[in-house]
Amino acid sequence: MTRRPALKAVTANHLRGGHVVWRTASGGWSQRLADAHLWEDEAAAQIELIDAARETGEVVGVYLADIAQGPHGPEPVHFRERFRAEGPSPAALRSYAPQVH
Amino acid sequence: MYTYSDTDHAYLAERNRQFRQQVARRLDGSLTEDEFKPFRLMNGLYLQLHAYMLRVAIPYGTLSSAQMRALADIAERWDRGYGHFTTRQNIQFNWPKLEDVPDILDALAEVGLHAIQTSGNTIRNVTADHFAGAAADELADPRPVAELIRQWSTDHPEFQFLPRKFKIAVTGSPNDRAVTRAHDIGLRMVARGDETGFEVIVGGGLGRTPMIGKVIRDFLPRADLLPYVEAIVAVYNRLGRRDNKYKARIKITVHEHGIDTIRDLVEAEFPVRRAAFSGIDQQVLAGIEAQFAPPALPARDTGTYDAAYATDPVFRSFADTNLTAHRRADHAIVTVSLKAHGAVPGDASAAQMRVLADLAARYGHDELRVSHEQNIVLPHVARADLPALHRALRAAGLATANVGLASDIIACPGMDYCALATARSIPIAQEIAERVEALKIEHDLGALKIKISGCINACGHHHVGHIGILGLDRAGVETYQVTLGGDHTETAAIGERAGPGFSAEALIPALERLLLAYLDLRHGRDESFLAAYRRLGPAPFKAALYGAEGQRDAA
Ligand code: HEM
Ligand code: SF4
Repeated sequence: MTRRPALKAVTANHLRGGHVVWRTASGGWSQRLADAHLWEDEAAAQIELIDAARETGEVVGVYLADIAQGPHGPEPVHFRERFRAEGPSPAALRSYAPQVH
Repeated sequence: MYTYSDTDHAYLAERNRQFRQQVARRLDGSLTEDEFKPFRLMNGLYLQLHAYMLRVAIPYGTLSSAQMRALADIAERWDRGYGHFTTRQNIQFNWPKLEDVPDILDALAEVGLHAIQTSGNTIRNVTADHFAGAAADELADPRPVAELIRQWSTDHPEFQFLPRKFKIAVTGSPNDRAVTRAHDIGLRMVARGDETGFEVIVGGGLGRTPMIGKVIRDFLPRADLLPYVEAIVAVYNRLGRRDNKYKARIKITVHEHGIDTIRDLVEAEFPVRRAAFSGIDQQVLAGIEAQFAPPALPARDTGTYDAAYATDPVFRSFADTNLTAHRRADHAIVTVSLKAHGAVPGDASAAQMRVLADLAARYGHDELRVSHEQNIVLPHVARADLPALHRALRAAGLATANVGLASDIIACPGMDYCALATARSIPIAQEIAERVEALKIEHDLGALKIKISGCINACGHHHVGHIGILGLDRAGVETYQVTLGGDHTETAAIGERAGPGFSAEALIPALERLLLAYLDLRHGRDESFLAAYRRLGPAPFKAALYGAEGQRDAA
């Protein structure tokens, strides 16, 4: 697959909730990938990562994810990141709708 | 069933109090994640893709109705209304919040459950035949021994930092339903004359280097069990590799040193250990055994069962697939499938857990089991009550008649939840189940074990599936590798890789070709998929799987 070099976003899990969060331009955290600040320059992203990783009172497991700009906004490059961003496949959540026939 | 002593309760309360403080110190910033992580793992709390995950042990798969109700309450109050029953007879909650976990652990402790040693390089939850204490083919109930091992291994100071995790499984039946040959130690009860003892199997395991365990002692007298097991773990603790996590399991230790060397070392260690026990293990075991006295099962007329079987085809189908012979002919073991076509294998909603708890209380002497095949078992049901039980299960959407069939699939959480996954497992299981249902072939196909893992760690037992499916990431695309001919029973075998992997879209039609080819190839209905595979070898099955494409490759 040929594509432009990926953009980078800083991502982590929230310490209290465990949910996925994305680093925003203002240095906060958002649950929406659309709010993530996207870095074109990997070195700058690495510096942001170091800052973000210090916030151990708020987040866990900070790392850089590859993101591409899609027609409807940012999209993870790898399918693993897509599941992280979007949650389990819809079908995988079917079972916990009460199944009374 | 084993009920906690005051000592057990006090131990758990203290342990939970400690963890509550560790969580508080993590949340107020006095502990870093690096400092906290070992504490949370010791208490079964993982961080997964989207959330924390709490793994609760269900020792030897046995639950009371009250315990099942407590699991339902936890799912509803602190999670998202469901839980996932796993191949190691645990339940995993997929969405707890860190600050709630201490309350969850307290709620578990109230019903004698915990999450201790469900992670880390320790002796994990001891698993057992899910039909223990009920099956017609059993020598004796293996659970007292499993409980003895649980008590011994819990917080055993010598074994808190083993080279790697350590899994023990026990069965009391010659028909191995506990996958003993794929465990670090597998214990199979055997009889010699009047005496029962154990065949001790060591060094089995799945994961990236699958191995079938080897017999280290063909007959171990029952009274020697605990010191002998301790001798094995002690030898492993000394010899097991700590330099490479992928070579750290006992299967590699046995492989590298040879079973004979390991046996010699264990036999040398054994008398030392045995002397140190000075009989205390046998006293404890006697106490435990009294608690596993089988329920009194009054004799019941089977007339209502016979009538329903003769007249109701839906009931008959359920009876034919979901019942197993009980040691008492007027009773049956009922397996409730958590694999409705299209459902997530092993998931149960809080409502379903409550229905099962109520039915166990009403018809099943208050006992439930979790099977490693991710179903729920009611081990002691009078045949006379089966029609009513079946009606209640149907009303709750729990009467799927597919136990042991193609859609009764083991699947690990895969990339829908698991941080280690390389591909998803759940949607594949759902699609296979829906396809065999649409084709209406599963009753014709008969006994078939399809097992799916979302990465090489093999939590979904794919190596020992008749058809195994392993999800991989090949250049950023979910890819599925198929293995054929695995077997998880007493005739255990590791499946052979059929060839190149499939995309998710190509996999389902390929499996359909494989299943239809088996129907053509078999010598009648009595020849199972595995038997036909063993008779014919892989060639015709591979040809079907790869269709025209495979023939081109072979040319
Ligand atoms: C938090 C999610 C999980 C993690 C991090 C995890 C991790 C692992 C790892 C690393 C291995 C390979 C061990 C080795 O080869 O040394 C493994 C094996 C295994 N796991 Fe899991 N697992 C998870 C979920 C599950 C689930 C849900 C089940 C039950 C369905 C399960 C049951 C097993 C089994 C049966 C094996 C293979 C037997 C063995 O060789 O130990 N695991 N797991
Ligand atoms: S097999 Fe892999 S993907 Fe599946 S639960 Fe185990 S570690 Fe996760």
